[in-house]
Amino acid sequence: MPARKGKRATAAPRRTAARKAVEAVQPAARQRIRVTVNGHPYEADVEARTLLVYFLRDTLGLTGTHVGCDTTSCGACTVLLNGEAVKSCTLFAVQADEAEILTVEGLAKDGELHPLQKAFWEDHGLQCGFCTPGMLMTAYAFLMENPHPSEEEIRVAISGNLCRCTGYMNIVKAIQHAAQEMAAR
Amino acid sequence: MATTGQAHVVLGHPVRRKEDLRFIQGRGRYLDDIVLPRMAYMALVRSPYAHARIRSIRTDAAKAVPGVLAVITGEDLEELGLAWMPTLAGDKQMVLAVGKVLFQYQEVAAVVAESREAAVDGAQAVEVDYEPLPVVVDPFKALEPDAPILREDREQKTNHIWHWEVGDREATEEALHRSEVVIREHIKFQRVHPAPLEPCGCIADFDRVTGRLTLYVTSQAPHAYRTLLALVTKLPEHMIRVISPDIGGGFGNKVAVYPGYVCAIVASMMLGRPVKWVETRTENLTSTSFARDYHMTVELGATREGKVTALRVKTLADHGAFDASANPSRFPAGLFSICTGSYDFPVAFAEVDAVYTNKAPGGISYRCSFRVTEASYLIERAMDILADELGMDPAELRRRNFIPPEKFPYRSALGWTYDSGNYVAALDRALELIGYPELRREQEERRRRGELMGIGISSYTEIVGAGPSHTFDIAGLKMFDSCEIRVHPNEF
Amino acid sequence: MFPAPFEYVAPSTLDQAIRLLQQYGADARLLAGGQSLIPMMRFRLANPKVLIDLNRIPGLDFLEEDRGVLRIGAMVRHRAMERTPLIQQRYPLLADTARVIADPIVRNRGTVGGSIAHADPAGDWGAALLAAKAEVVITGPKGRRMGQRTLPLEDFFTGPFMTALQPGEIVTEIRVPAPGPREAGAYLKIERKVGDFAVVAVGVQIALDADGVCRKAGIGLCAVGPTSLRAREAEEWLIGKRPDESVIARAGELAAEASQPTSDTRGPAEYKRDMVRVLTVRALRKALERIPMA
Ligand SMILES: Cc1cc2nc3c(=O)[nH]c(=O)nc-3n(C[C@H](O)[C@H](O)[C@H](O)COP(=O)(O)OP(=O)(O)OC[C@H]3O[C@@H](n4cnc5c(N)ncnc54)[C@H](O)[C@@H]3O)c2cc1C
Ligand code: FES
Ligand code: FES
Repeated sequence: MPARKGKRATAAPRRTAARKAVEAVQPAARQRIRVTVNGHPYEADVEARTLLVYFLRDTLGLTGTHVGCDTTSCGACTVLLNGEAVKSCTLFAVQADEAEILTVEGLAKDGELHPLQKAFWEDHGLQCGFCTPGMLMTAYAFLMENPHPSEEEIRVAISGNLCRCTGYMNIVKAIQHAAQEMAAR
Repeated sequence: MATTGQAHVVLGHPVRRKEDLRFIQGRGRYLDDIVLPRMAYMALVRSPYAHARIRSIRTDAAKAVPGVLAVITGEDLEELGLAWMPTLAGDKQMVLAVGKVLFQYQEVAAVVAESREAAVDGAQAVEVDYEPLPVVVDPFKALEPDAPILREDREQKTNHIWHWEVGDREATEEALHRSEVVIREHIKFQRVHPAPLEPCGCIADFDRVTGRLTLYVTSQAPHAYRTLLALVTKLPEHMIRVISPDIGGGFGNKVAVYPGYVCAIVASMMLGRPVKWVETRTENLTSTSFARDYHMTVELGATREGKVTALRVKTLADHGAFDASANPSRFPAGLFSICTGSYDFPVAFAEVDAVYTNKAPGGISYRCSFRVTEASYLIERAMDILADELGMDPAELRRRNFIPPEKFPYRSALGWTYDSGNYVAALDRALELIGYPELRREQEERRRRGELMGIGISSYTEIVGAGPSHTFDIAGLKMFDSCEIRVHPNEF
Repeated sequence: MFPAPFEYVAPSTLDQAIRLLQQYGADARLLAGGQSLIPMMRFRLANPKVLIDLNRIPGLDFLEEDRGVLRIGAMVRHRAMERTPLIQQRYPLLADTARVIADPIVRNRGTVGGSIAHADPAGDWGAALLAAKAEVVITGPKGRRMGQRTLPLEDFFTGPFMTALQPGEIVTEIRVPAPGPREAGAYLKIERKVGDFAVVAVGVQIALDADGVCRKAGIGLCAVGPTSLRAREAEEWLIGKRPDESVIARAGELAAEASQPTSDTRGPAEYKRDMVRVLTVRALRKALERIPMA
């Protein structure tokens, strides 16, 4: 079961590089991993075959990250792994050991919505909302790299995320508005 | 403050949606987000064949997989009288295959386990011995005399399901015969799949103590579900609660009751635990509700001046292995008879023949599951072909044939009453708004330069919705106005 | 779907990885970007008992030009090929290719080495790197030649999803000859929708001498054969000629003749063959436009 790590995380002994090397060369069906998700440290025992998305959803209860396909096509599961957008259905949780993960639940800070979230709301960038967390995370990673994108660049950036309801017009518009808002800050 | 404060003006002003605040923060509550205490997980075994006899199903190995709690087959369901379930269209459909499979990816067995992964491990370990049979995927071939009979469970030894016709056959024949111009076209409207981003799924929670069933399900039609589930499970409606949480898109895909739901309910009853089943995208695309698949032949008669004189439509409807469309029993081809569109046809005749093929069952998809899309496509395509044939502007052809305003309320040749309208005025306004004559000029210029530019026009008179109940029903039951009266006689 | 159970190990050196490969033999599988392998494991088309993750081995993602050779570490991600200025400026063929593989999120993970080792005939790197006349550096158990051997990419692909890799061997590097003066390339792809595998794709690399006569040509074809293909006749036809429109047109026909497409959901064979012709012509034009002539 997941031990939500508060202060105790710092008290737990860090694995030394040497110990880690010994641990690492031994194949194992289960492994203890540590991850930081949305700024909170977690430690958990996971089966090697557990996909990161199910670790986030089932083990940590962070159900904002969705599963929309089984062929790495839809992007509903997109999260940031060490600052880079990844499809969390196509990565094992054990691979995320020691990584920093950001999910949709971590976008708002201190009760303040992220400009992307605001823009999606204002511009009707969603209908059913199922694709929205993945869209937001993809857009978030993209705007960090390219704060002043053209419409064309936005369309390329979200080409790995499918939306079946909204149509992409308003999603693109929302990302443009968020970029302007963020630049104005 | 002005009397019409901004806050009160809705029309013409964007309104932020209330639910979005949850969705943009990952706080939606979709089916797979729900976790109940002691919940088990289910996975389905599906057929790799489109048509095959099942020689045997061996479940021992699956039952021995760590974490597996139960394996259910069609035979098990037969003992419970649950191997078949009624469809919305009044046909019946296998819940789990008994004796044979009729389409690729058909549900063959259900495995329930302690985890998602273990359920899939169990499903992989179920051994099914199939004897492949000849496959029929072409609806025209399905009607040939030597075609294999797919639905051996039926008394009628044919793949023909039903014939339906409306209008005046003889008068239409005669009018076509007399028409100066007749166009004829075969139009295929292919299968389409709604593919909502969230696949289908449910959690069945049968409480053995109270005898109540709670079904959390990705449903667009929770009330129809309750009615149908009462029919299937024999539980009275008031003992069934259907909860439809946030839905990740539906588009018609979440109207039908799927075999997986019935299996989850049975599993929950067997185990006394909640059972979750969430299909994969592959399962969604291969086995859940499709629509269209109409093969339509249209004949349209007209005068040389472009006045329509008659419409005749002959359609072959491919329903797959089970007739599982959502049409009310009085209208097996739904509202297809709206196929005269917005035009004033003096006579018309339409007929539809439905057939079984080795494909997934279906009939429900976006833009009206009641075959209105098929009908609209048919008539608009036919009008374009006629315009082409006559060398007439397609807008002008439509203007000449729209039901004129003075004829409303208007009764169409196929029996629908159109209450009001002024189609010519609407068309003229639309043409004015897009600058139609300029567009045509631009098109001409471009074509002279060797560029291609197309301009499409279509009109749409729509009839939608599942009511009123003097006309509509679900599986023979009147919709939306059912009630149950319970009488508790006092003891005197 | 979920993968079958397996054991996971993340070695921190290449030696460890090779030893693990030797120890577990056919039960083991290497994990690079995972963008082909994990979907296959989810569908249980691949069921390794031991998964050896290459992602924790430092030093496999170098990307540099060294003495006339572009050295691409096996773990270089598609994304790096798309974004690195060296590739954008000197290897337009490779930069074009990276941009049309999958979608940006998949490109963040997928690797060049993984693509080559996967040997999907519809993989884009195969065709592009054949056009670039690439070589594959393979590292295996220490023995002769310190465990390393180098193969022309053409000899590396032995069939659909099949390669010349022997047990215990890992692809560690791909080498591409650096472009000379008046040399450029291009990659063009037809896809049904953005992010999809190719219906057909063609990569070309061409070099001219000072008089504008073709002195080097490479043409690679994607998704039209059991492996990525080289259109040799078309290459040979170009050499020694001034690539004017009629010469290019003939090269397109020869490339189409070299293709071996089959009909499938992405289109009929005749269509694909003709698209090989069209794309070869267009890619050659584009590459030639990119060559700065004095
Ligand atoms: C939605 C989607 C769309 C895609 N579209 C395209 C496309 O348009 N064009 C295209 O080319 N590709 C496409 N791909 C595939 C993608 O490019 C993969 O990244 C690539 O095929 C495999 O690289 P990988 O690093 O992910 O390898 P992995 O998936 O990790 O491994 C693939 C195979 O190679 C082996 N392997 C990996 N690395 C090595 C090594 N160094 N030495 C020996 N063996 C090794 C593995 O054991 C495995 O068998 C797509 C993938 C997805 C999910
Ligand atoms: S669920 Fe990960 S891409 Fe669709
Ligand atoms: S809002 Fe429904 S899928 Fe995008």
